[in-house]
Amino acid sequence: MFSFPVYLAMHIPDGYLSLPVSLVTGGIAIALIALSLNRVQSEYKERTVPLMGVSAAFIFAAQMINFPIVGGTSGHLMGGTLAGILLGPWAGSLVMSVVFIVQTIMFQDGGLTALGANITIMGLIGTFGGYYLYRVIRFLIGRNTWLGMSVSTAIASWTSVVIAAAVCAVLLALSDTVSLAVGMTAMLSWHFMIGIGEAFITLAVTSFIWKTRPELIYDAPHTLASRTSPSGREE
Amino acid sequence: MHKNNILVLSGLALALTIAAFLSPFASKDPDGLDRVAQDLKFEEKATEEPATKQLPFFQIFEEYSIKAVPDEKVSTALAGITGTLVVFGLAWGIGKLAVRKSEPK
Repeated sequence: MFSFPVYLAMHIPDGYLSLPVSLVTGGIAIALIALSLNRVQSEYKERTVPLMGVSAAFIFAAQMINFPIVGGTSGHLMGGTLAGILLGPWAGSLVMSVVFIVQTIMFQDGGLTALGANITIMGLIGTFGGYYLYRVIRFLIGRNTWLGMSVSTAIASWTSVVIAAAVCAVLLALSDTVSLAVGMTAMLSWHFMIGIGEAFITLAVTSFIWKTRPELIYDAPHTLASRTSPSGREE
Repeated sequence: MHKNNILVLSGLALALTIAAFLSPFASKDPDGLDRVAQDLKFEEKATEEPATKQLPFFQIFEEYSIKAVPDEKVSTALAGITGTLVVFGLAWGIGKLAVRKSEPK
């Protein structure tokens, strides 16, 4: 047998969370997935479907790439906010759930009993929390401007990672795995930095699509289609 | 339609490229949660033999590697490619089923 220290494993394993915490987060995940399926059925058009496949593929692959931050620690993309920005919260949530389910079932990344928590923390906090924060900020700055898109994308994706880390610390504390104050401080201090990586990747992908195929973004900018002058695409 | 096909193919190609050529070089350092678990000494609470290792997939994949392929980088790359294709197909399929129900043609 060859054994290498596989730190590609990164999600919450079995054993960290208590049964009640697993059940509640599992329930939240199932409820939001069911709601998302419903909304995708009623709201989405055929043309979103291929983008769901591509987004899942990209987020799965990108999550494998742990990037080093300081002090011998790494981070990786979560992708929930990215999925929410590109596909909207409903299709975005389905895509994130597919990614986490495959990671857990096929690749033993994250525990089965923690699957609901992993989907909720790293997926749904981004696809709902991250997406709505992005939307509010983008619409405040300017829905159809590159500035509005980029600032809101960066802030929302960074925030989603920090909130995810905080919620994870709360779940660990509720499970008596580690005390809240100590766990929270440790989780937040690393994820303040990891969130910067999330913001960079999310912004890179979103800007690329904004400049090449803006109509594919869930809240597509209005002006780009009508205003064809080069000034509309500058930046 | 043609334009969308190009986008889908190039998006999938990008994802596969990342999975194949970048994942073997990903940082081996513990990620945020792993690091905290080590520092705060709750790492050993992780179940030794989790239920996921009872699943048939564990016969083939051990985390992001393929057991039958001894070369670490190739093994990771192949596991990454497999996973990328699987989530691509599943997400597309679920989207297709869900959307079709609302717009029968």
